[in-house]
Amino acid sequence: MSAGRERILGGIRKGLGRGKLEGEALAAVEARLSAPARNLIPRRTALPTAELVDLFEKMATDVAATLRRVAGPDDVPDAVAEFLAGLNLPSEIKAAPDPRLDDIPWSKRPTLAVSHGAAADSDLTAVTAATAAIAETGTLMLASSAAAPTRLNFLPDNHIVVLRAGQVTGTYEDGWDLVRAAGALPRTVNFVTGPSRTGDIEQKIQLGAHGPRRLHIILVEDGGETGSS
Amino acid sequence: MQPTSHAFVENAHRALNDAQLHAALGHMKAGFQDKRAATIARMPEFEDLRDQGRAIKNHTLAHLDAYLERFEAKVTETGGRVHWAPTPAEARDAILKICQAAGARTVTKGKSMIAEEIALNEHLAANGIEPIETDLGEYIIQLRGELPSHIIAPAIHLVKEQVAESFYAHHTELDPKRPLDDARALTDEARAMLRQRFLAADVGITGANFLIAETGSTVIVTNEGNGDLTQNLPRIHIVIASIEKVVPTLEDSATILRLLARSATGQEYSAYTTFSTGPKRPGDLDGPDEFHVVILDNGRSALLGTPAQETLRCIRCGACMNHCPIYASVGGHAYGWVIPGPIGAAINPGLIGLEEAGHLPNASTFCGRCESVCPMRIPLPSIMRHWRERQHERKLSPGTVRAGLGLWAWAARRPRLYRFGTRLAAALLGRLGRRRGRLKRLPLAGGWTDWRDLPAPEGRTFQQHWAARRSGAGR
Ligand code: SF4
Repeated sequence: MSAGRERILGGIRKGLGRGKLEGEALAAVEARLSAPARNLIPRRTALPTAELVDLFEKMATDVAATLRRVAGPDDVPDAVAEFLAGLNLPSEIKAAPDPRLDDIPWSKRPTLAVSHGAAADSDLTAVTAATAAIAETGTLMLASSAAAPTRLNFLPDNHIVVLRAGQVTGTYEDGWDLVRAAGALPRTVNFVTGPSRTGDIEQKIQLGAHGPRRLHIILVEDGGETGSS
Repeated sequence: MQPTSHAFVENAHRALNDAQLHAALGHMKAGFQDKRAATIARMPEFEDLRDQGRAIKNHTLAHLDAYLERFEAKVTETGGRVHWAPTPAEARDAILKICQAAGARTVTKGKSMIAEEIALNEHLAANGIEPIETDLGEYIIQLRGELPSHIIAPAIHLVKEQVAESFYAHHTELDPKRPLDDARALTDEARAMLRQRFLAADVGITGANFLIAETGSTVIVTNEGNGDLTQNLPRIHIVIASIEKVVPTLEDSATILRLLARSATGQEYSAYTTFSTGPKRPGDLDGPDEFHVVILDNGRSALLGTPAQETLRCIRCGACMNHCPIYASVGGHAYGWVIPGPIGAAINPGLIGLEEAGHLPNASTFCGRCESVCPMRIPLPSIMRHWRERQHERKLSPGTVRAGLGLWAWAARRPRLYRFGTRLAAALLGRLGRRRGRLKRLPLAGGWTDWRDLPAPEGRTFQQHWAARRSGAGR
């Protein structure tokens, strides 16, 4: 045990006027940690599923994300290619090597160059899969894994996220439940709400400070459940 | 950093005459106040969330040792390391050691008020390691050799022309004739300049908005994405956080996060909220090899059990300074230390001592707006009053104030004399201010009336009004 540790913990106990926590008080702490309880959940998301998806779309587009609904995974290559063409961007993507994207037939769009892996500085556009989407604030939940490297979410100028309608849930707490059910907490969990922004110069909001300039969400309406992470 | 809070009076005088500063601070109402009000109006449960936020932090503070121990156990279990630093010097040394062991030459930094508190940049630079601030506001003030003037908008005291001036002066490899006349061009230039620094850095240092005891996770909340590039790209990620940042569970952080962005910038949620747990895992294609958390005390544990304990609930949203008339008049630098505004006035005496920070609790009109907007319901004015009382007990307040208050206390214990005295004063002041309803100068209180007008009494005392009211009501 380091001396610094004992000085800090001792200082805390002195301030609180007690010794090391024990007995019932310690049991209460353990209980709170082993069975995390929800606090107040705002009513905003007490909605049927279809309306939750609408709320997610409204909240996400309110903060300058763009969103396109497509019927199924087969439509994703066209949606990606058209997004890039609309901005005069090169028809090139770096996609996460993610099984959740395996049902997307990239070959349908032969002019779209697709490579897989972590993001490099030269990549202009990333495509990743969502873990969940939080309707409350239009927030994407993106959990890391060997198949979902985090850098793709931040380094390229354009970030395209493939989201299945069945992944849209109400609250952050719903998202945590999904992640907990899937096993150990992922190393990185990013909650992403719109593209990068700053108000540091005269409080005038500019998009694309250091992270992506654009966040484009492709919402696959009939993607089925893809598993949470 | 070296505090200059003892010079608050001089600092404030200078600030009051700074027209450029006032132009910059003039953006605060539309930028912060109006947006906050609009977002909160869309969240009917906001007041209940505030109650819950306060309860979560009160519970955590009452069991702080147990939650920190649990946090450490979880960090260790997930492959990271916790370093305990009772003092700023110990925190600086722990960080320097990690950087030196890695042979680090450059370090990128996400915005961290704790790093400012321990004067980390100076320490790294003195030891041959270059620290690079990556938050746009922090980057600007680092170029200018200044300190942050606001906890969430470090360069709020500057206008865009000043930023352009600094970019022309420092980015000498670029065409000196390039146009830099709007925020867009400035933001793009900073983005381009910092990209290479992100990629080349050996170590990334961030602060933390929360530490999660349940999971050993650290949490950062940003809008720019700089914090994520800082912690994901280099081989080593160091988190620096103070002891009160811990909360029990992910759910508890979810509740407080509902308060944070709304109170800070008036956003529903910040662009990026990131939970990091340990170093990269086997098979991961990116992420840091090492994950360190430095936990700083620096006087905070000594506030437990005192009236100032409540300041430890602070989530550094900045709402109190965004709504403070004093802050809006003098800006953040006048406060002379890392944390300005009402929360600075309430917490700095506990962190840097009453001798140094004694002026700050007096820099208040006690209008109460700070407390009314504080998402964690910290009673800021009464904590300032607590420090004033300590200061008075220890005879640290100026002689005129002490003599005046002493005289008042002597007279107040003699009701007839008191009534006579106040009637006389009210009548006198009422006559003096009759023409404009305001008093420009007050004898012996120049420090007060030089910069604000005292509303002139109407010529009757509170007690006379009260008596008239009572008899009126009885009729
Ligand atoms: S004291 Fe309250 S309002 Fe001020 S920064 Fe802290 S949490 Fe925000």
